[in-house]
Amino acid sequence: MAQASGLRVTDLSVQIGGLKAVSHVNLRLDPGELVGLIGPNGAGKTTVFNALTGFCQPTGGHIFFNDQELTHKPPHVVAKHHLARTFQNIRLFRDLTVLDNLKIAYHKNFKYCICSGIFRTPAYRRQEEMVRKVSLEILALVGLADRADDKASNLSYGEQRKLEIARALVMEPKLLLLDEPAAGMNPAETAELVELIYKIKNDFDLSVFLIEHDMHLVMNVCERLYVLDYGVLIGEGSVQDVRNNRKVIEAYLGEDGAWQS
Amino acid sequence: MSNAGASKAKRNAVMALAALCIYGAVQLLALSGTLLSYHLQVLSLACINIMLVVSLNLITGFTGQFSLGHAGFMAIGAYLSAALTVFYQLPFLAALVLSGVAAALVGIIIGLPALRLKGDYLAIATLGFGEIIRVVILNIPAVGGPRGFTGIPRYTSFGLTYLIMIITIVVIRNFIDSSHGRACVSIREDETAAASLGINTTYYKVTAFAIGAGFAGVAGGLFSHYLQYISPAPGQIGFLRSIDILIMVVLGGLGNITGSVFSAIVLTLLPEFLRGFAEYRMVIYSVLLILMMLFRPEGIMGKNELSLEALESLVGRMKNRKGMRSDGTS
Repeated sequence: MAQASGLRVTDLSVQIGGLKAVSHVNLRLDPGELVGLIGPNGAGKTTVFNALTGFCQPTGGHIFFNDQELTHKPPHVVAKHHLARTFQNIRLFRDLTVLDNLKIAYHKNFKYCICSGIFRTPAYRRQEEMVRKVSLEILALVGLADRADDKASNLSYGEQRKLEIARALVMEPKLLLLDEPAAGMNPAETAELVELIYKIKNDFDLSVFLIEHDMHLVMNVCERLYVLDYGVLIGEGSVQDVRNNRKVIEAYLGEDGAWQS
Repeated sequence: MSNAGASKAKRNAVMALAALCIYGAVQLLALSGTLLSYHLQVLSLACINIMLVVSLNLITGFTGQFSLGHAGFMAIGAYLSAALTVFYQLPFLAALVLSGVAAALVGIIIGLPALRLKGDYLAIATLGFGEIIRVVILNIPAVGGPRGFTGIPRYTSFGLTYLIMIITIVVIRNFIDSSHGRACVSIREDETAAASLGINTTYYKVTAFAIGAGFAGVAGGLFSHYLQYISPAPGQIGFLRSIDILIMVVLGGLGNITGSVFSAIVLTLLPEFLRGFAEYRMVIYSVLLILMMLFRPEGIMGKNELSLEALESLVGRMKNRKGMRSDGTS
């Protein structure tokens, strides 16, 4: 079923109560690709992300990532397969420092046990030193190095978005899922974000899958698009293909009669 | 980084020295006859309360899991250690360790189902579990049933209580400052985000619950071997006691160890100081609590842990102010 590396989703369905939030969706993302997932409000985009990362259980279909089956795995297990995500409504550890936010994301790489943490063994010191270094490097990359000791809630909105991405990067992801990273940003911040996405894609050798409403950003950044409406894929392909796709135009603008007249 | 490490080492050295000084001072005062056995008893109870409050703070303050059953774990430790020393003549330290382990195990057994719940529901469930423990003890004739367990040898001394209290604080503080402790704090902050970062939230909730329960068990063992008597009254091992501990945690500041220590001392000593007011004692105590919550809802210490830097900056500010004042007068 899944021979190649990258993300392979076959026939994914998610039913929430009586509502078919996502039905029979097929997706593939090859390593190094930057793909967008778009669709009108309530189309089921975030539900797809939640299913991929284990936050909601698919009622049908399979999810493979780098030949590992991730269907029905809980979120913390999915995270161990180098899948990282951000959230539509920013979910930072608001009362902790910027640095601690990143350190927590490093958690799965820690090897020392609870006892060596309590007795402060050399293993503890070594790894704490390392996580500090890694975190500061990533903070420098996203341009937040001077805010390391600030409380996360004291950052500006744009900085918080960046911090959430930085936190995901600490997990050394092979696939980064960004849920509306530009939501609520002004044009300058969005431009900065685009730069950042390009930079991390190159520096970290990962693929990016992003949900976005900002069409300008989507059309500029994404190499390929999937379009979702009422939980069903209605279009896929290059930006140009999707732009000319009749079904997509209908989904966004209504049936042609309605908007042409 | 080596700088930060050095300042950490310096802080630990100063803390250790301060702990030793306090111990020395108390022993000297006791030897000179200034502190009577009544005073030592109150101080020991303060130490035991500190253990209970710091351990509950790990569960409620740091991991964010609201527990109203902490006295239940204390009860397990109190009764089990007493039974071990009275019926099986076990050495006291061995009995303490075993009662801590037993309380931690019960914590795991209770925590696994209960910690699936959140907020109010978890509070009610832990309240229920705490009462179950109490009622079970109430119905074991071997440990005295409702009359209470009498004839427990007095093995606890102020010195031992103080030492174990210090160990409790150090262990919990170091745990919080490790990757595992940060995982617990991240659950308090945002459980969904924590899970997305690869943190097994159930595992860490139960771990924090078990560690907290274990230390509460040890505290219970010290308690019963100090008073030489333990009864299944709600105020001693029941929900009233749990609420007492929770009040101390909240008053000291959720997620603040220094605050826990401070509020445990204040709230243990306060009722003793208020003894002169006889029946108004508890009224004054309650009013003070209400005022405290009105004017300082984040707890006595808020988010600030006691640190050398904070002390230094405070001293520096006072010096500056003095300097300015003397400038003004000259």
